[in-house]
Amino acid sequence: MENFAIHIHESYLYGLPLSVVNLIVMFGAAFVVLLGFVAPFAGLLSFIERRIAARIQCRIGPNRVGPQGLLQFLADGVKSLFKEDLIPKVADKPLFIIAPYLVFLGMFTSFVVLPFSSQWIVADLNVGILYLFATAAITVVGLVMAGWGSGSKWSMLGGMRSAAQIISYEIPTGLAALTAILLAGSLSLQEIIAAQGPHPWQWYFFDNPFTFIAFFILFVALVAEGNRAPFDLPEAETELVSGYNTEYSGMRFLFFFFAEWAHLYVLGAILTTLFLGGWQVPESLLASVGAESIAARILELVFFQLKIYVLVFLVVQLRWTVPRVRMDQMMDMCWKYLVPIGFFCVAGVAIWMMLFPDGVSFVKYLLIAFSSAMVLYYFYKVYRNFKDSRAELELNPFV
Amino acid sequence: MSSGYFNNIKEATVSLFNGFAITLSNMFRKPVTLQYPDKTPRSVTDLMPERSRSWLKVEMPICTACLNCEKACPIDCIKITTEKDPSGRVMSGFDIDMAKCMYCGLCTEPCPTGAIHFIPEFERASFSLDQMISRFVPEGEKVVPYKVPKKDKDEEKNSAKEEAEDKAAEAEPDA
Repeated sequence: MENFAIHIHESYLYGLPLSVVNLIVMFGAAFVVLLGFVAPFAGLLSFIERRIAARIQCRIGPNRVGPQGLLQFLADGVKSLFKEDLIPKVADKPLFIIAPYLVFLGMFTSFVVLPFSSQWIVADLNVGILYLFATAAITVVGLVMAGWGSGSKWSMLGGMRSAAQIISYEIPTGLAALTAILLAGSLSLQEIIAAQGPHPWQWYFFDNPFTFIAFFILFVALVAEGNRAPFDLPEAETELVSGYNTEYSGMRFLFFFFAEWAHLYVLGAILTTLFLGGWQVPESLLASVGAESIAARILELVFFQLKIYVLVFLVVQLRWTVPRVRMDQMMDMCWKYLVPIGFFCVAGVAIWMMLFPDGVSFVKYLLIAFSSAMVLYYFYKVYRNFKDSRAELELNPFV
Repeated sequence: MSSGYFNNIKEATVSLFNGFAITLSNMFRKPVTLQYPDKTPRSVTDLMPERSRSWLKVEMPICTACLNCEKACPIDCIKITTEKDPSGRVMSGFDIDMAKCMYCGLCTEPCPTGAIHFIPEFERASFSLDQMISRFVPEGEKVVPYKVPKKDKDEEKNSAKEEAEDKAAEAEPDA
């Protein structure tokens, strides 16, 4: 980044002071990242989610705008742009206006530290994982502001719930992430990935039974932090109309959803980075395209994306599998289950590292065998459920 | 208490596992959606049931201009105008405002000839309320109402007389 700014300064904008050029380059980069990557991704994810949801419910989903409805999110975006921007009379105007941008900011600044490949990362902060959790907390401020500023009871309740929820679930998130941090001995996301390997038995997911459990804790806690179903209490439609975003319309309303889908991606990226080996590609594959070539970087990106998409698919499926939990159940789950188990995992990993500094390959293979067996059993159950329903099989996703 | 605690964890895991298996199996089912305007096997009007209640239609050749439907309509969306003509009574207008119509079907019941009835056609949305009025008498034209043939009426009268006579005959022996 800095080298690029210096290069621009020397070749094109030598009349301006370096700090100004730096600023321009930074804004330019943010603009490109937002427009070129994050926005289309969040949009596409909304399309994918709607299609998956539709298929689970025996529908087809959006399929009219563009090929197979792929451009539906653009149509929705343009529609929102032209909608009237309503501000309620009793709203706290400055808070009401600024809230969506804070939510947006909280989600999108986390893209700065996401490692897309061994070299493609905006900033490899040495406190990367802390930074991720810190930016997630900005979102809470935005949500509470939106709830308070709207001047409506429903929004207020939604905002309060989101504050209670996100702050509670920060703790299991931190504890579960701590297991991976302990093993890697670093907070930098790139170093955590580098400490793992491309093969499953080198991932932290299968490293020992405690990280195995920690993965699931982190999964649940991150789903709850993103206000995703079954933890979508802040925007519980049946109780709170739409929660904190009840009074919003047009582009501001869209920003909340933008942030929600972007968080889905961040969720996948965090889990992949900490437990599933990130962008690691088997060396034989890497050598075949040349370890230093751009093709190798793209290959790493593809591996990273694939793992994320599997997790994103699970989160989307979870939304259509489980009903929304009650407020007290959600708090119970956090404080009575996730937090104690999280502490247990952290202590377990610490003791495990003390006893077996090099890891136990037998345990790793056992865990992999167990997981594979569960996955196989899962697909067998899917097959049985399908057979029992006597439905017509339709494997084509583009109906 | 502790057994309840671990039972809860076990139950959550097992039920989630089963739930995921169910939703994924549902994903491979064929969608039942009928893609409405353009991807139906036949035109949608043909797919509708024969007696479905959509737009109203009046068979003008058999309308008797009795105004029964106009009187039956609870929201007055039917408007029939009749005039005196040298040849007799004629209809100069029969308008049904389908934008007001609530598809109750009360107008079809008193119709003596079954002239007013529902048709399965429904795709007639338009951009102005004027276009929602279906006019069955073209403007400037006059339609002579259908007259139920006299012969039928005579037969009815005859049959009524016969019935009365029969009853009288039945009553006589008792007297």
